[in-house]
Amino acid sequence: MDHFDQIRADGIETYLDEHQNKELLRFITCGSVDDGKSTLIGRLLYDSKLIYEDQLEALEADSAKVGTQGDKLDLALLVDGLAAEREQGITIDVAYRYFSTKARKFIVADTPGHEQYTRNMVTGASTAEAAIILLDARKGILTQTRRHTYICTLLGIRHLVLAINKMDLVDYSEQVFQETEAAYKELAKSLGAGDVTCIPVSALEGENVTNASDKMPWYDGKSLMQVLETMPIDDLDTTRPFRMPVQWVNRPSADFRGFSGFIPSGAVHVGDAITVEPSGKQSTIKSIHGPTGECDSARAGQSVTLCFDDEIDASRGDIIAAQAGAPKSADQFRATIVWMHEEPMLPGRSYIMKIGAKIVPVTLAEPRHKVNVNTFEELPAPTLELNDIGVTNIHLDHAIAFDPYGENRQTGGFVIIDRITNDTVGAGLLDFALWRSDNVKWQDLDVDKNARAAAKSQKPCVVWFTGLSGSGKSTIANVLETKLHAAGKHTYLLDGDNVRHGLNKDLGFTDADRVENIRRVTEVSRLMTDAGLLVMVSFISPFRSERRMARDAMAEGEFIEVFVDTPLEEAERRDVKGLYAKARAGEIKNFTGIDSPYEEPLSPDVHIETTKCTVEDAADQIMAELRSRGRLD
Amino acid sequence: MSLTHLERLEAESIRIIREVAAECENPVMLYSIGKDSGVMLHLAMKAFAPGKIPFPLLHVDTTWKFRAMTEFRDKLAADMGLDLIVHTNQEGIAQGVGPFTHGSAVHTDVMKTQALKQALNEHKFDAAFGGARRDEEKSRAKERVFSFRTAQHRWDPKRQRPELWSCFNTRTNPGESLRVFPLSDWTELDVWQYIRLENIPIVPLYLAAERPCVERDGVLIMVDDDRMPLHEGETPMMKNIRFRTLGCYPLTGAVESDASTLTQVIEEMLLTSGSEREGRVIDHDAAASMEKKKQEGYF
Repeated sequence: MDHFDQIRADGIETYLDEHQNKELLRFITCGSVDDGKSTLIGRLLYDSKLIYEDQLEALEADSAKVGTQGDKLDLALLVDGLAAEREQGITIDVAYRYFSTKARKFIVADTPGHEQYTRNMVTGASTAEAAIILLDARKGILTQTRRHTYICTLLGIRHLVLAINKMDLVDYSEQVFQETEAAYKELAKSLGAGDVTCIPVSALEGENVTNASDKMPWYDGKSLMQVLETMPIDDLDTTRPFRMPVQWVNRPSADFRGFSGFIPSGAVHVGDAITVEPSGKQSTIKSIHGPTGECDSARAGQSVTLCFDDEIDASRGDIIAAQAGAPKSADQFRATIVWMHEEPMLPGRSYIMKIGAKIVPVTLAEPRHKVNVNTFEELPAPTLELNDIGVTNIHLDHAIAFDPYGENRQTGGFVIIDRITNDTVGAGLLDFALWRSDNVKWQDLDVDKNARAAAKSQKPCVVWFTGLSGSGKSTIANVLETKLHAAGKHTYLLDGDNVRHGLNKDLGFTDADRVENIRRVTEVSRLMTDAGLLVMVSFISPFRSERRMARDAMAEGEFIEVFVDTPLEEAERRDVKGLYAKARAGEIKNFTGIDSPYEEPLSPDVHIETTKCTVEDAADQIMAELRSRGRLD
Repeated sequence: MSLTHLERLEAESIRIIREVAAECENPVMLYSIGKDSGVMLHLAMKAFAPGKIPFPLLHVDTTWKFRAMTEFRDKLAADMGLDLIVHTNQEGIAQGVGPFTHGSAVHTDVMKTQALKQALNEHKFDAAFGGARRDEEKSRAKERVFSFRTAQHRWDPKRQRPELWSCFNTRTNPGESLRVFPLSDWTELDVWQYIRLENIPIVPLYLAAERPCVERDGVLIMVDDDRMPLHEGETPMMKNIRFRTLGCYPLTGAVESDASTLTQVIEEMLLTSGSEREGRVIDHDAAASMEKKKQEGYF
């Protein structure tokens, strides 16, 4: 009975009362247009009768004009766009569609099936609890079927439905179905997939989509819709340990302090013993404020606010967890990474990681391997490119509380963000911690940075010179150090060439080595400011990302970026070290400005145009900046 | 008993709203006075209870909204103690821009799209909540929950970010901004059911009543004030009408209906009528697809 009949029979009030108590299931559809995916989704939308008259009229008109089904409605047109304007050129396409039955509301993530769309499938799969994998009964299991099954399993989808479509074109053959089913179950098993249901369907004819088919009496299983309506909903599993990442600290007045967030797993009750991770502070739940006001308990899938019995502190990004089965903390992990950006991953570069409500700087090591998503072969890879899936070690700036992705998607899945463009460049799944960070403790020392600086009567900082080779960085830095030394300041000048003779002797000039070069000198200059020194760093430092990382590593106001701005032609004309001539002759590879990029600072603290001033002027310009910041007091 | 679909949609939307409040410097909620805005506001109040909503609301007033909408807005703001900013494009007013004199395309661009940009620039908002849903139109199916806009408020298809696990990247550089759609996964029926369940107040224009209107090009337009020029021989007639969407009265088509209660409205929606955007005159402008409007900065 469709909803028209039901409303007429029972009245609207009864209908609405029933329909406001539906469950919600998110699923993904995998397959290409050739497999009849659009027709299948169109059929689900059409058969659930939630299509308006004007949409139906448009469908009839479109079917007559461009449809491929003769006089019949072309249901694929409900899903596929027609006009060129629908081709939006979006680089990452996941379309979300909605339909509902009496039992459930469904959110369908529809992703294109082609190989180059791994990132789309991963995106759609990340929130799905079930997957419908489509194949053409005539073709059987193809490379794409293997790929789809691998990605769905990797992303933690436990319920796979194999829709063996176009049964009408193989005469509804039981044998074809059985052979395909057996082959697929073997594939799924080899990949460690969860439960698998195979259904013979004809999306075009509507066989076994919503209703049982009378064309295939040999099949006694459920129709696709019945499977969708009855499969368990995993994401609301309340038997797993309680977790709630703190999104927002709610403190409207002195007498209310609550911690707001979404509960990804488990349940919580007033009086429960909880812990705040990674700090490990413990307390008891005093009250719970849910969407309808104060309540005794809350569980997975709800957004709530929790109040504690005492005044222990929790901040955004912390995880509130049950004391029994609390998450571990770590700062180094083995992770599976999906790269989603045209710019390849740069091992060693500092990116931003967002996991739950936590933001933390992260660097990714060179991949251990990448995975061929069609053959599941592990291949060596120096980096990950768009649509690559690989495994690597990652290092976080500080420890976070986490769960392995396989146990909890929300506390084990993360996105990777570029520091400069803020684009989301990748996604990752935490596999396991390499070691628990509490094995390496920070040693507190009695003499601190302030004491060391005070003994020298100075205020430490880093003056960071960036510019092309031969732009004049070291010459200016040298004059600056002479001036500071004359003023009785304790200084040190870290020169790019000199450091490459020792500490960074093992590094070359690839992008990854340049990133590591800067990471090390950043760390050294940070230690020197900790010792109370005024530090000058004279490095080409061609990338904005790494200069930003260096700035972020220093205390507020203690990093002064000096752009030594010499046009390439001028630096090349001077060619003090004779390097440009060699680079042009092809004797030196990866030379900044020639065959390796230089990213100019967008807003340097001091901008020196060497073609317009003397070395002395330049040094004075920096002295003035130091003075205005109170660094020479 | 597991959570219902409405409880889950509510929880996800609250999560989105809190995330923006926590991560963005200066967010604002666009309040259009419509039913979707009403639901979004209701969710925002729940998200921060017992505290207040930690960001202002913005209404872009074209001066051509139905009178009942303005009354509703002002009463609600007063009753709830909302921090409401009302912005009108004063340059447009000075030039006398209106739907009757300049046509719907120019009016919408100047008084709505440009006005919105003015307000966002003036207050330097880096995130703006909107009540749009993916089910409203086929081309919206791919829209992100967090839609990225350049410093010129343009929607650049290449810069849209993948969204995994509800783990949203809210970062922007100075001048860039986000449009955030907490109701992305809601359908029209979800919205109505939630309004019914939570007793959320709505503008009376959604319910059928006898109102003066004229029929133009097959669309019923309500004569809401005397700024509406009547064609020769045209006299407003009293009809039982209601509205499925609300906007500028000269650009909003009514449907004839006897559904004078919320339940009757939902019943009519389920049993008859076309999809809700059908009533928007704005959508019928040739070549003015939602995509194009979005690229230009229309919400």
